[in-house]
Amino acid sequence: MLRLTDVVTHYGPIRVLKAVTLEVRAGEIVCLLGGNASGKSTTMKTILGVVRPTAGRVEFEDRRIDRLPTEAIVRRGVSLVPESRRIFARMTVWENLAMGAFTRQKAPAGELAEDFERVYTLFPRLSERQHQLGGTLSGGEQQMLAVGRALMARPRLLLMDEPSMGLAPALVDQVFDIIQTINRQGTTILVVEQNAAVALSIANRGYVLQNGRIVVHDTARALLAADHIRRAYLGED
Amino acid sequence: MADVLQILPQQLVFGLALGTVYGLIALGYTMVYGVLLMINFAHGEIFMIGAYVGWGVLTALLNAQVGGLHPAWVVPLLLLHAMLVAGLLGVCLERFAYRPLYLRGATRLGPLISAVGASIFLQNAVMVTQGARMKVYMTSLLFPRGWRIQVAGASISALVIVMIMVAGLMMWGLHELVQRTTLGRSIRAVAEDRETAAIMGVNVRRVIAVTFFLGSALGGAAGVLVGLYYTQIDFYMGYSAGLKAFTAAVLGGIGNIKGAMLGGLVLGLVESLAVTFGNPAYKDVVAFIILILTLVFRPTGILGENVAEREKV
Repeated sequence: MLRLTDVVTHYGPIRVLKAVTLEVRAGEIVCLLGGNASGKSTTMKTILGVVRPTAGRVEFEDRRIDRLPTEAIVRRGVSLVPESRRIFARMTVWENLAMGAFTRQKAPAGELAEDFERVYTLFPRLSERQHQLGGTLSGGEQQMLAVGRALMARPRLLLMDEPSMGLAPALVDQVFDIIQTINRQGTTILVVEQNAAVALSIANRGYVLQNGRIVVHDTARALLAADHIRRAYLGED
Repeated sequence: MADVLQILPQQLVFGLALGTVYGLIALGYTMVYGVLLMINFAHGEIFMIGAYVGWGVLTALLNAQVGGLHPAWVVPLLLLHAMLVAGLLGVCLERFAYRPLYLRGATRLGPLISAVGASIFLQNAVMVTQGARMKVYMTSLLFPRGWRIQVAGASISALVIVMIMVAGLMMWGLHELVQRTTLGRSIRAVAEDRETAAIMGVNVRRVIAVTFFLGSALGGAAGVLVGLYYTQIDFYMGYSAGLKAFTAAVLGGIGNIKGAMLGGLVLGLVESLAVTFGNPAYKDVVAFIILILTLVFRPTGILGENVAEREKV
């Protein structure tokens, strides 16, 4: 469904992604692991066209998307839950969700209403707080809002950048439950996580990014079992 | 003192009319600041060019000797032309004077200097093409002197009523647009977090261009209103009006749309009160004292957000 081939991305003169090759197949949950500054968020932004790759290809459903504007990529069915949530603090919950459906202005009103309903069913808390400003929500609620907002674009591929960051352990489990639910409802998921143990426990496969390159890829089960991965990313000695 | 109190209602009406116009111009500063964090110092010149466009259309109508000039259709016609030209000019400014700079990652100072340059260029372009002498709006042919009503000791001319109504209607329209439409939401989204807006699929460059169009169009409309009111315009009028509207924007809280309207009203009223109770020669000084006091004691303005809080988001 999504294929990156030798993708190189620069921030100014700095080469952040040196050669990233990875694949996500329809229906999967794929986990992208890596330490700080390994290029995980840049990979996400490159897929969505927020930053442009300087070399390599990004293909979505067998069509090249690395030259398309973000708007067109979102329209094709890719959306992102950005790192640290980035909800619009001065907009209401409802308005945040409406922003998520920004590229679907021509969708019939009934369809949008269905999507609001779906998000409110997944996150009843958001329904209660529709008219509250995003900035007044708690961290966990903001994460729900960020996920709900991304779902409003009706993505076939959902990119999630550190969905568990800064959440209490109980909430982390809840977020990963939701990710599985969304996946079962038919959305393919590529998730970047520091919390490797939890992420691998729900993923089909995983990639390890180091210094702008994919250094390991395998099934989630194999990665969980591999000694060096446990040491480097699961915090075990 | 009795004399002063007698003219007070009158002065308050003037202040209100002036204030709505300041507010209208201030919106242009504040909207552009909202999406680009930049002060468009050429905005005063856009206002001035709006006044010239209105003058041009009015003069053409008079020269063509169209019978029965009635403000009910002439004023909207002047406004429409001035807003369209001013709006497009604003879009061009953004495209050619600012975008090349911010796309290359210039510091915030770069576009600011470019704006000052654009301002000098526009002033001189108008001076060269239109001449340095002032132009006269034939307002009296449009609004006969007798058209006025008496309210609570103030004599309010039809023109002042039209000014307040037009400015009020535009502010209301803008507010509705920004708060209730998808376009307005996308403007707010870009102002709050440009990258996240892009992630939602918002075409950020287009939103910035639309914001310039809207802000500049309101400035152009204000140019026509000021032209009709003062009846004399010149190529230099954008300078002081621009600075005052900028003061109004800062006073209300730069980046805040309601703040710009409020700041404009407060500034207009304070100015006319200063004229009533003080020496009219110090009229312009008042605006700048307000600017300095705002910057010293409440740099975020009356309705401004706490900047530190915004960085956190």
